Amino acid sequence: MKSYLEASARQRLQYLLDEASFVEILPPTADGAFTSPHLAQLDAPTAFDDGVIIGRARLQGQAVLVAAQEGGFMGGAVGEVHGAKLAGLMQLALHEKPQAVLLLLESGGVRLHEANAGLIAVAEVMRALLALRAAKIAVLVLIGGANGCFGGIGIVARCANAIIMSEQGRLAMSGPEVIESVQGVEEFDARDKALVWRTTGGKHRYLLGDCQQLVEDEIAAFRQAAIDTLAQLNRAPDGLALSLAGLQQEQAQLAQRLQDFGELAEPLEIWRKLGLAQPQQVALMDATQLQAALAAARDADKPVQEGV
Amino acid sequence: MENLKFVFAGGARNLADALAGQTCLVGVAGSGNLEVLLQAMPLQGQCEVQVATAARGFAAIWQAVLDDFHQRWQLQDVRVAINDVGATPAVVSLRLDQAVNLALSLALNRVQEGA
Repeated sequence: MKSYLEASARQRLQYLLDEASFVEILPPTADGAFTSPHLAQLDAPTAFDDGVIIGRARLQGQAVLVAAQEGGFMGGAVGEVHGAKLAGLMQLALHEKPQAVLLLLESGGVRLHEANAGLIAVAEVMRALLALRAAKIAVLVLIGGANGCFGGIGIVARCANAIIMSEQGRLAMSGPEVIESVQGVEEFDARDKALVWRTTGGKHRYLLGDCQQLVEDEIAAFRQAAIDTLAQLNRAPDGLALSLAGLQQEQAQLAQRLQDFGELAEPLEIWRKLGLAQPQQVALMDATQLQAALAAARDADKPVQEGV
Repeated sequence: MENLKFVFAGGARNLADALAGQTCLVGVAGSGNLEVLLQAMPLQGQCEVQVATAARGFAAIWQAVLDDFHQRWQLQDVRVAINDVGATPAVVSLRLDQAVNLALSLALNRVQEGA
């Protein structure tokens, strides 16, 4: 049993994919050919792979292209080289047409040391991801690292076909500290870790429908969920592409969410309104129990918001 | 940042076959940690260690830790590249050993696959 949270990006790839199937694209070299030129100019530490590993691999025998961000290096933040590797991988997928592209995302967003280059890179990543969707190539996002998935990379995650999260994973636009410094501690106390996880953690994302699968913090659980989700997605390949009808439906769901929950200040109230019998027990449930609780709430014909 | 270079001669262990043209990388360039990359290349039998460290002024400690490393492994014709973000000497030693062990296990896997 290997914790996804505690593993490095390279370890996650090793245990998530078929054994010894991963072949790295642009592997790191001793001369630092793929390190960030901007960080060196600023006299800041660099990484040989600029904090992201890309390559080809197999998932239960199926050909996949995969990227994994390393949260331990600058919080997985996206710089120019890092972003180019992500965007390039997805552009390669357009040509190679693998069964799926797996993105193991862990990032605070754009790297402020090279912010303009990073922002452009994130835009290129999104464009490449949407091109993959148009080409009906499944894109799966896995989130379970300590740094969460925030900023531009949070948006990238929501552009994908499906998201798989653990309770420990977090997904949002602005991070807790950012919200607190902009809106004040009365709006959001970033030091209240329980509040942080109630509002951005995997369980809340699952209950709201922002992620499709909630798994335990084990690499094997992520692997199984990726295999299952991929099989489900590829059974209806037409659904992989964005459509006007699908986007309108999603927009309507978001409007409904705002109407249902917009006045509520606390996730516990949202979970109660979703129909969960004991919302205060959510924090103690494992993934299976929470799935059962949500299913029971939906069966009970209470106001429930469907995910997308 | 401080860039340091150390050269060791007289090693007898060559990793070229083990690495088979690839590099091997362990660790993460994160706070209190470091990443170590091994790349085999002709260096007239020497082992070269390039260190980029966020902690300035520790060249003597690096020399001592790397002396021990060379004593243990006796590498030749290999470049060891390090990105360090303030790891302690013990962590550095462990990562160096981890890198060599990974390289040797890669060779072992290839032998088993070939058998």
